[in-house]
Amino acid sequence: MITRSVLPILTVLGIILVVWYAGTVALNWRIEAERFERMGLTKTTMEMVQATMAMDRPILPAPHQVWNEFQASVFGRDPSSPRSLVFHAWITLSSSLVGFAMGTLLGILLAVGIVHSKVLDKSLLPWIIASQTIPILAIAPMIIIVFSTLGVQGLIPKAFISTYLAFFPVAIGMVKGLRSPEAMHLDLMHTYTATRSQTFWKLRLPASLPFLFASMKIAVAISLVGAIVGELPTGAQGGIGARLLNSSYYGQTIQIWAALFAAAFMSAILVYAIGWIGTFVNKRMGAQTGVREAAA
Amino acid sequence: MMGLTGTSILWAALAFWIVAWAANQRLAGLNLSGTPKVLVNLLIPVLFGATLLVLWEGITRGLDVPQVVMPPPSMVWERITGSVDILWADFQQTFLKAVIAGYVMGCGLGFIVAILVDRSPFWKAGIMPVGNLMSALPIIGIAPIMVMWFGFDWPSKAAVVVVMTFFPMLVNTLAGLNAAGNMERDLMHTYASSYPQTLIKLRLPAAMPFIFNALKINSTLALIGAIVAEFFGTPIVGMGFRISTAVGSLNIDLVWAEIFVAALAGSLTYGAIALMERQVTFWHPSNRRAR
Repeated sequence: MITRSVLPILTVLGIILVVWYAGTVALNWRIEAERFERMGLTKTTMEMVQATMAMDRPILPAPHQVWNEFQASVFGRDPSSPRSLVFHAWITLSSSLVGFAMGTLLGILLAVGIVHSKVLDKSLLPWIIASQTIPILAIAPMIIIVFSTLGVQGLIPKAFISTYLAFFPVAIGMVKGLRSPEAMHLDLMHTYTATRSQTFWKLRLPASLPFLFASMKIAVAISLVGAIVGELPTGAQGGIGARLLNSSYYGQTIQIWAALFAAAFMSAILVYAIGWIGTFVNKRMGAQTGVREAAA
Repeated sequence: MMGLTGTSILWAALAFWIVAWAANQRLAGLNLSGTPKVLVNLLIPVLFGATLLVLWEGITRGLDVPQVVMPPPSMVWERITGSVDILWADFQQTFLKAVIAGYVMGCGLGFIVAILVDRSPFWKAGIMPVGNLMSALPIIGIAPIMVMWFGFDWPSKAAVVVVMTFFPMLVNTLAGLNAAGNMERDLMHTYASSYPQTLIKLRLPAAMPFIFNALKINSTLALIGAIVAEFFGTPIVGMGFRISTAVGSLNIDLVWAEIFVAALAGSLTYGAIALMERQVTFWHPSNRRAR
């Protein structure tokens, strides 16, 4: 299974790389050609191609330029200096993880309330769904300002944005999950004269776990996006978002791409970590593969 | 409301909350069927939303919350009715130009690529994992690059929207094209139907729930993408531009007005897509009326 999919994936990645290099040459060609023309130099095609991949502020940096910058700013610099990507990544990661944890908790609590109370089900659920149609990230700058007028700065406002984004998929997934036990199982609990809390702990909660982890994967990805966007208006205190904004002011395209890669790596690692934990927990709980796949 | 003191407004709001909660409790407990049930199911969330507004108004006015922190809804409404021309200009720039252009191109491209890729298992196996990974990444970060490439005006925002909407559409369409069952495919095979016939008559209709799922996800993503991309540079019009400048000059009521417009546009788009979905996928179990 794995060996069968490795070759296609590598092919696709290889094509992306080739297209990228071709794009680098094509997009940067004109600028370099004009530069050499002003200097009165004539270059061979090979020299031109090399020149397009070695610019300081290219329109599109070559993949190896991005990789070098990424390596230099991740491993080459003191992690406590603002020039290091680790410094920025940690700021973003910490607030998105706090937001993710709070969002997950809020989502679970809301789902438990919705499953157990008819009033909440009918009044709250439509509004939770409606809240999704609102571009919540657009409020991000305002939330930052509101918090800072209240004297709260730094991690909490950004975490709040992540919370707002993360609670939704968890709430929806958990409502689905807590309602996933079959009527027969619920009836069985009923014949045991199980109380509501016993039914919850012994039947509903275990049944909902595959759904929980599937929605946590979505939640962790968007809470990272939330934290990054939350850093845009804060006035560059640090974080991937601030790094993106700063680099775009100074036209440092290589830095932008390196920051993007850092964000992409973080996101991928977080999503896979949740996936692994989910697989592990589900296995321990004795879930069948079919159930897990249905939830994912 | 002018003659009332702060605390009495607050108490009135709290009283409204309790009454509305009790009313909802009663309504949810009713055993109805047919039209009354539909109406009650509509009334409950409406009452809940009204309660939120009243509480918001009551708390901000009653506790004298500074306008910078949270303006009362009545003030936001005044701002909305008072600056329709600004809001309309921003809406045109951001939604009618950037969002719609980007959404149509991104979804269309994702759909076409999915159809092309679908014929070869090799490409499918390569593109599915990459596409899945890409849809989980913070693609919104490419906004500064797009602004550099396509300039400050709406095309750069549309480009961000294209990239953001492309991957969910690609992945969902590919998954949807696999949704038709083996039995149905075999049946088409016994009819000696060609590839396009199977595609149009069986596999695309079966994929529609997935495609509409992507359209729904993308409608939210598109609006977010366009607004956030405007934070990175824009002409002096647009919803994202207005939000960031209004925040800077502490015109929080204008920010809320823009959010209201965005929410309205988002909900209407979502509703329109959901309505279309019902028309197209009338056969799907989730759309059949329970009897």
